[in-house]
Amino acid sequence: MSRLLAAIVGPRVPEDELRARRARYLAPTLTLMLARLLLLVSVFLPYWHMELVAPQYPNGLFLTAHVSHLSGDVREIDGLNHYIGMRPLGEAAAFERAAAVWAILAMFLLVEGAAFVHSRWATLLALPAATFPIAFLVDLHLWMRTFGLNLDPDAPLSSSVKPFVPTVIGEGGIGQFRTFADLGVGFWLAAASSALTIVGFYFHRRAYRPLTLRAGAERTGRAA
Amino acid sequence: MKTTGSTFRFRTLAMTAALGGACLGMLAPEASAQESRRRRGGAEAAKPVELTAEHVGLLTKIADERRLNVDDLLAAAKTFMPSGRHDEYVLFSSGGQSGQVFAIGVPSMRLLRSIAVFTPESWQGYGFSGDNDHVAESLKIMGKPVLWGDTHHPALSETGGEYDGEWLFIGDKANARVAVIDLRDWETKQIVKNPLTISDHGAAFVTPDTEYIVEGGQYATVLGYGYAPPEQYKEAYRGMVTLWKFDRVKGRIDEARSFALELPPYWQDLADAGKRASDGFIFINSFNAEMAAGGVERGEPPFEAGASKRDMDYLHIIDWRKAEAAFKAGKAKAINGFPVIMLETSVAEGLLHFAPEPKSPHGVDITPNGQFIIVAGKLDPHVTVYSIDRVKRAIAEKKFSGQDAYGVPILDFDAVKEVQVELGLGPLHTQFDDKGYAYTSLFLDSAVARWTLGGEYESLNSDRPWKLVQKTPVQYNIGHLSAAEGDTVSPDGRYLISMSKWSVDRFLPTGPLLPQNFQLLDISQPGATMPVIYDMPLGVGEPHYCQMIKADKLKTWKVYPEVGWNPHTQRLDPNAPRQGQEGVTRSGDHVLVNMTAVRSHFHPEHVEVNEGDTVTWRITAVETAQDATHGFCIGAYNINLSLEPGEFAEFTFVADKPGTYPFYCTEFCSALHLEMMGYFHVKPKAVSATDADEASGAVVAR
Ligand SMILES: [Cu+2]
Repeated sequence: MSRLLAAIVGPRVPEDELRARRARYLAPTLTLMLARLLLLVSVFLPYWHMELVAPQYPNGLFLTAHVSHLSGDVREIDGLNHYIGMRPLGEAAAFERAAAVWAILAMFLLVEGAAFVHSRWATLLALPAATFPIAFLVDLHLWMRTFGLNLDPDAPLSSSVKPFVPTVIGEGGIGQFRTFADLGVGFWLAAASSALTIVGFYFHRRAYRPLTLRAGAERTGRAA
Repeated sequence: MKTTGSTFRFRTLAMTAALGGACLGMLAPEASAQESRRRRGGAEAAKPVELTAEHVGLLTKIADERRLNVDDLLAAAKTFMPSGRHDEYVLFSSGGQSGQVFAIGVPSMRLLRSIAVFTPESWQGYGFSGDNDHVAESLKIMGKPVLWGDTHHPALSETGGEYDGEWLFIGDKANARVAVIDLRDWETKQIVKNPLTISDHGAAFVTPDTEYIVEGGQYATVLGYGYAPPEQYKEAYRGMVTLWKFDRVKGRIDEARSFALELPPYWQDLADAGKRASDGFIFINSFNAEMAAGGVERGEPPFEAGASKRDMDYLHIIDWRKAEAAFKAGKAKAINGFPVIMLETSVAEGLLHFAPEPKSPHGVDITPNGQFIIVAGKLDPHVTVYSIDRVKRAIAEKKFSGQDAYGVPILDFDAVKEVQVELGLGPLHTQFDDKGYAYTSLFLDSAVARWTLGGEYESLNSDRPWKLVQKTPVQYNIGHLSAAEGDTVSPDGRYLISMSKWSVDRFLPTGPLLPQNFQLLDISQPGATMPVIYDMPLGVGEPHYCQMIKADKLKTWKVYPEVGWNPHTQRLDPNAPRQGQEGVTRSGDHVLVNMTAVRSHFHPEHVEVNEGDTVTWRITAVETAQDATHGFCIGAYNINLSLEPGEFAEFTFVADKPGTYPFYCTEFCSALHLEMMGYFHVKPKAVSATDADEASGAVVAR
């Protein structure tokens, strides 16, 4: 059991080695620390914005998505959406929004843990954090697609507004509205965190892989 | 715009990365709020105008075709507002017999809206809320509805003698009432009826910090709605001035802290509160110092002759701070339950002095520094200017030329008079600008007179002091006039409104009843240049006074602050139905309807009651978008509401007419506005007795 754990956690760095090549071992630790921090901070910042402009809304309507909630003119947009038979926005991604903060905390802890694991398993622990921004976008797109394509056929404006796929990034249009969607600061922080995680693990593997190999060689040597 | 957006983002990103750390979390809300306020279609920047030969040709052609001269073109350029551009000033005008207030943009002279005050007004749903409507209650006098008013003088609330844009007060001459309008939602919040007198004139005027709203009387009566035959005019009839205490926090006049002063039965006319040098005083004109009691039917001279016989009337000078102290010291007597400082107390305490003024004056207006009190002669071609320093000295040194029949000391005219300036025929009212000029309306001459002030104003222009500079004809019979913030401690100049009472030939004929003519004068140039640049017909009443406030001082709400807002209490109403709480409940023969209105339906859509039920109906407009206003009417039941975004309304009535009544939204709120309706079913007594339990699709009150 402890052998398996040791295999997963990987070899520890000898004191003299650590002193001799401080930067080599410090690089992954610091990079991953920053990655975790950015991911955590992103929880407080908007991931995605949409602005809707129509003649009778000269100041526009705004929709802002954080990982955990929607804000802005949700009521007004829902009110308008009922004319085309779209379900209320609050019904979209309810599970994702409820779980998001916990998921990010979990990713935070996984990356934290990964920093102490010196074997190749570390990569696996970092995978969720590294792919999170992509997952967010894909999920957003799928929900918008589901909502846009499943309009109530009995809605008042069903004859003039047909099912459609809303634009997740960039300019789109529906009815008399033009929509402008783009990514928010939170998303970019998460993306930066993802990039730093990947870079961090490059440093991580560069530092610890030789140790793992050496330890492996030693084990085989002893066994032989 | 997209580039700006991403630049902003990258800057934020860079900053974020640089800062790092937990402090970012705290910055976050601000950053995201900023981002969400970003606009894509911003207003186009104004470009300098370059007239090409082609433009000039085109303009010339249009001008020729429409018979416009260069002055007309310039006037058009000064007043035209491109779509979407907002006026610089808002004119709050009395609506005369309409009982309303009108808000007009300056310089475009576009009517922005009316504000219902003393008259039920259906668009605003003012006074159409069933049996115990608080509006209808506020319009009752001695228990009976009085459904109109004669709005005369609006007064914007002031702080330090400047308009602060928070409140608007207006007097009703016909019924001696004062109304309070909240300028956050532009709705009337309170109406107080003067308990002493039937009609008034000197209302409303405010003291420099809106401590009090002044309501001066007009036609003397027996105070407290009493009776006495005209033979007892001198003994029994009295004038008065009421000081209504305004409670800014509550947004209401506090009747319990208000008081009045008894005045002789001269007909008190216009009033103004002193400011700066004259702070602490109230000035009121009067006419009929003769105390003529009329009686043309008995061969007596009519009022018009009897009341204008003498050469002099009395300018009333009241020390309101002293009067307030006397009131607080318990020196007032209750008349009709209202505290009144009687004349003998005023005389004994030195609260009231008179200054002689040329006969039958009209306006009394105080210069911005408070130094000069200007009385317009009406039947005298002069304005008479008093100086507050002289007045104070004469009071201190008791320079009296006598006392009137009631013992009120009369200050020596020569001791208090600064100067008299001859302007022309029928001077009525005076306003001020920022260049040392005063503007006086000349009713008979049908002109606006510009003249120079003296004292500290002498250096502000190159014209000699106390001289007429220019008379601009107006069309016709000007009453009040109003310059931009022209009765405050710091007038803006620039624009002046002539409230011309006769329009005669100015507009297309509209039958024998013609509109008033609001004329805009450009007073931005000094000297003799003071052209009329716009005529605005106002065919909805005969306004009296108006005040012009810089638009950016108003802190107007765009929608109500929260959904479920009660505009009467100006707070969230605990009774406002929220979405999900809709329904109809019965207790005995009382039915409670909880309804929401949202584009484009009411919920519930069927309400069924029994004939004779008392119905209390509550509606919340569940809207937060600007201008997403709904209406709600029940035909034949005299119900109509205006449900502005977020507004909560409640009304109660007896369902005494059986039948099926469609109710509907009376504002074209959306594409499905016509579908925004429902049915109010009133089961006839006979039917409801037999099949009360029969199931139906309607929401039946049980
Ligand atoms: Cu409606």
